[in-house]
Amino acid sequence: MATAVDPSQLDSQTGNERWLRMYRRMFTIRTFEEQVNDLYTRALMPGLAHLYIGEEAVAVGICEALAPDDYITSTHRGHGHCLAKGAAPDRMFAELLGKEAGYCKGKGGSMHIADPATGNLGANAIVGGSAGIATGAAFTAKRLKTGQVSVCFFGEGALGQGSLYEVMNMASLWKLPVIYVCENNLYNEYTHYSEVTAGDILARGTAFGLAGESVDGQDVRAVHAAARKLVARARAGEGPAMLLANTYRYYGHHVGDVSRDYYRSKQEEQQWKAERDPIQILSDWLCGQKIADRARLDEIQAEVKAQIDQAVEFATRSRYPNVDQVEQDVYAGE
Amino acid sequence: MPANNGRELTLAQAVREALAEEMRRDSRVFILGEDIAEAGHPFKVLTGLVEEFGAERVLDTPISEAGFTGVAVGAAMTGLRPVVDIMFGDFVTLIMDQMVNQAAKVHYMSGGKWRVPMVLRTTLGATRRSAAQHSQSLHAWFCHIPGLKVVLPSTPYDAKGLLKTAIRDENPVAFFEDKMMYRLKGPVPEEEYTIPLGAADIKREGTDITIVATSSMVQVALGAAKLLEEAAISAEVIDPRTLWPLDEKTLINSARKTSRVIVMDEGYGRYGVAAEIASVISEGAFFDLEAPVKRLGAMHVPIPFSPPLEDATVPTEQSVFEAARAMCG
Ligand SMILES: Cc1ncc(C[n+]2csc(CCOP(=O)(O)OP(=O)(O)O)c2C)c(N)n1
Repeated sequence: MATAVDPSQLDSQTGNERWLRMYRRMFTIRTFEEQVNDLYTRALMPGLAHLYIGEEAVAVGICEALAPDDYITSTHRGHGHCLAKGAAPDRMFAELLGKEAGYCKGKGGSMHIADPATGNLGANAIVGGSAGIATGAAFTAKRLKTGQVSVCFFGEGALGQGSLYEVMNMASLWKLPVIYVCENNLYNEYTHYSEVTAGDILARGTAFGLAGESVDGQDVRAVHAAARKLVARARAGEGPAMLLANTYRYYGHHVGDVSRDYYRSKQEEQQWKAERDPIQILSDWLCGQKIADRARLDEIQAEVKAQIDQAVEFATRSRYPNVDQVEQDVYAGE
Repeated sequence: MPANNGRELTLAQAVREALAEEMRRDSRVFILGEDIAEAGHPFKVLTGLVEEFGAERVLDTPISEAGFTGVAVGAAMTGLRPVVDIMFGDFVTLIMDQMVNQAAKVHYMSGGKWRVPMVLRTTLGATRRSAAQHSQSLHAWFCHIPGLKVVLPSTPYDAKGLLKTAIRDENPVAFFEDKMMYRLKGPVPEEEYTIPLGAADIKREGTDITIVATSSMVQVALGAAKLLEEAAISAEVIDPRTLWPLDEKTLINSARKTSRVIVMDEGYGRYGVAAEIASVISEGAFFDLEAPVKRLGAMHVPIPFSPPLEDATVPTEQSVFEAARAMCG
């Protein structure tokens, strides 16, 4: 479970535990997503899914800087954010398969996982659609003086949505504890971001007076350090921030996007995987620092794989919701 | 209606009193919108609230309708009870994603886990000489969306009681006020009361024809009913008060009794609220009807500026009278 970080502990024994936990989380996300792809390919999953593979360090580095009751909002590419914030893989898979045991009783699916218990206000399939919600959650935190912080994850595609700037303006005016995390994985679906994004990305936040920070999104330590700083700032009442994380998605826009030659080269994909893999970067560092050896990391990997296998098994065996549930939950309190 | 000791309020005062009472009662309730604090809103509906509740709870926003409606959705999900003020009903175009894809669906998509207890207050109604972008009645759009409730009061008494209920509701509620009725006076008792959503009100009893009317059209229907009385036709006037939930039973029962029905609503007639209600009545009272249910709504044109043109776009006492007399003839 993620807890608020005391920076002084990061180099101590507990700090080492923390890095290993982040390793485990990143590997969990990757294995989860590989299974999603597998379920899709074997026609066992209804609909589509947008995989987070390649971007794991962003969600994990940031959520590790959050307390369990801090809020996040997520996107169509949301599995990584939900898992990093503490969602259980079995109920995630159940939701992806439309089963009753899923986080949303099967009513939300891959793009709408929400979970109050882990502060997850919901993944959102409207590009930029959750910026208002994340800002509103920060508004409540400030009004009720709860000390909570709210993180709004979005892809660089959401930079095209005007409402993002409307809420940044309000967050700054009202000094709200919200952090807008732009995950620039270079592509808005099938279009390189540079074709549709003018000027300087971070300046779009700093123009409103937000603190701005840019990080290598493949380096979980860099992401985490930046997040810790911005979260502490927000919690201390110093206002909102924008964090730009530069990253890359390894797979297609969604699981069905397999022929990608018309918008990016295999060579580019290969290069990111070989040179900038977030899990590799962290394991190299862990081994180099002698925080863990290869055997320890293999052990973690085996544990994660077993957990994910069980989770898939749980979801596959779970039952579909009864059709009489279709009209339930339209209105609250009835 | 409780005894009222003769007290009368305007519709604007009734709305303000409902807000003030709910804000006193529940510290989670707050209002946000443009020019609502010291300015008290261009229609002066909110005058005095900032003095009592402070700028934190009567919050002036930038002119960012989509943005601050989104903030309200998030605030509602996390423990506050926002009342969003959209200055003119025409501007709801800017907030539709937040209302339709976010507020309305959050509860369902999350399998019933998150709730969005918020109220959207805005206006409807033409004939203020405000032209095409400040005169529309767009409430039908909200009725079309599962997850939203829609309230259209037609009297100060109803406005107060319904707004209090809307604020206490656990769901997103769109609350439409006719901007031409803010000065309409009516009895409002001193003592506290609320009105449930989903309960129509028979504004006038009659036996020959039922006129179902919403919001601004209720006064028009009552005026027409007087004209009809002079022509020896007894009209019953029913205000559904909330379009969702809709009190189908009261509407159908009245139709069965009178066997003739006109449905009036100031939204555009085509694909509108009147069409839906007419259909509900036709299905529910078909074998008791003497004539097809008649719909009367705004003409299907952008609202024009020039007074004679604008006046021609909305039903009038005379046009309702004539339609009713033709049906009863
Ligand atoms: C308002 C809106 N417009 C278009 C889409 C279709 N769409 C889904 S994902 C996507 C691209 C989003 O790119 P980005 O925000 O960078 O996120 P990424 O997929 O790269 O993670 C688009 C255009 C949508 N879901 N919502």
